[in-house]
Amino acid sequence: MAEPQRARPKPTPETQHFWDGTKAGELRLQRCDACAHVYFPPRPFCPSCASRKVSIFKASGKGFLYSYVINHRPAAPGFTPPYAIAVVELDEGPRLMSNIIDCPQTPEALELDMKLEVAFEALDDKITLPVFRPAKG
Amino acid sequence: MRSNQVAVVGAAETTELGVIPNMSQLQLHADAALNAIADAGLKLSDIDGFATAVETPQQVCHYLGIKPTWVDGTSVGGCSFMLHVRHAAAAIEAGLCKTVLITHAESGKSMIGKAPRSTAPDSLNGQFEQPFGVYGPPSMFPIPVLRFMKTYGITHEQLASVAVVQREWAAKNPRAMMKDPITVADVLNSRMIAYPFRLLQCCLVTDGGGALILTSADRAKDFPRKPVYIMGTGESVETPMVSQMETFNSSRAFKTAGPLAFREAGIAHKDVDHLMIYDAFAHLPLFGLGDLGFMPHEETGKFIADGNTRPGAKLPLNTNGGGLSYMHSGMYGMYALQESVRQMRGIAPAQVANAKISVCHGVGGMFAASGTIVFTNER
Repeated sequence: MAEPQRARPKPTPETQHFWDGTKAGELRLQRCDACAHVYFPPRPFCPSCASRKVSIFKASGKGFLYSYVINHRPAAPGFTPPYAIAVVELDEGPRLMSNIIDCPQTPEALELDMKLEVAFEALDDKITLPVFRPAKG
Repeated sequence: MRSNQVAVVGAAETTELGVIPNMSQLQLHADAALNAIADAGLKLSDIDGFATAVETPQQVCHYLGIKPTWVDGTSVGGCSFMLHVRHAAAAIEAGLCKTVLITHAESGKSMIGKAPRSTAPDSLNGQFEQPFGVYGPPSMFPIPVLRFMKTYGITHEQLASVAVVQREWAAKNPRAMMKDPITVADVLNSRMIAYPFRLLQCCLVTDGGGALILTSADRAKDFPRKPVYIMGTGESVETPMVSQMETFNSSRAFKTAGPLAFREAGIAHKDVDHLMIYDAFAHLPLFGLGDLGFMPHEETGKFIADGNTRPGAKLPLNTNGGGLSYMHSGMYGMYALQESVRQMRGIAPAQVANAKISVCHGVGGMFAASGTIVFTNER
């Protein structure tokens, strides 16, 4: 029997650059050319000032653990509980949901505010997910 | 909107609550609607305005045989019915309709005639949350709570006490699903669902429904039940993605809807005799007490743990037992409204003596939306 599959994102025209970025090993954000606001999730205009003049840039990939749960049940398809579902605050400001790798999935190991850095996990030849690991040093 | 121009004149839940394997979700809507129409002493043909969520207005109106001239299908999650009350009050005041029926029903447990919830893989949630293992509300709604606890110094024991106190209220309510007393230790030893939350800090999963009937306050005096007036209302939405909330230290939707309703009602917090804060999970009453301005967030955990919301205490909160112990079909807002109406009519199983003002605060999605209604039984 085939293993149940992890939910797979399907890019849209507005988000394609983000998923192209993760595949290339880059975490890409957008910045408003008019007001400098950095935002996520992707869209071709600034949600702060409505300017359509926005630029895509490579983020540092650094951030910290803003909050999380350790999910025990029910587990999502493709996940083995317990596993942490985290929200990471990036140094550039936006937050995003992710998973924490190379770290025990326990309250003791997962300390709020711990420094994290991005890593990339290929789901298949089209989609690569951004995940985070404890920052070195 | 002006205060006290519109009143609830009919209110009822489905005949049964809990596990109802002999009714589809659509029939649960009808059961609640027919009970509310009987409660108001009306005929189906008297209804000229209709609102519901999840199911479409056309679906429920056709099934019931209602021919409305005003409809509202606002569907923003479990607080949709608070928004319906607000919209209906405005519509009645504007003369768009005279008598509005609002229905909710959900076959949340038995799943009969209920479309499964699904997230499209090309939606923003499908792209930026689903791939990371969220799977239903227990894995999503508690995501902000560890940050909230750290910011405000809230303890696990305080969050457990929310469930304990609400069980005390449920024990007074024959229709509550869970009535046996529990302790903080029971909560903290119950099965882990999504750390930091355990089974007893998560809402029930049940079947049921409820319906409300609203009309102008001038007409309301001719109805069989004591009118319950709409004194103030508020609503807002923030984001469908819990990860994208402005902050996990409060809910922007709560902070918009709640104070709006208080201002419209022209009341202060000390005027509130009875309070409902939609409790899908144990942290919601803490967010609510803080975001509605009852006290600084730092004090909310201690306030509940110290017993200030218990039966007989100064701020009776979630007096039906709440989503944690009364029932939770998936969209609990209607049941919170029903309890506020019962309290204002003076007929609640755990009646708060001489209660004159009830605040009913709802959440939709995972802090995605909010609606607040201030009720009074005095005009």
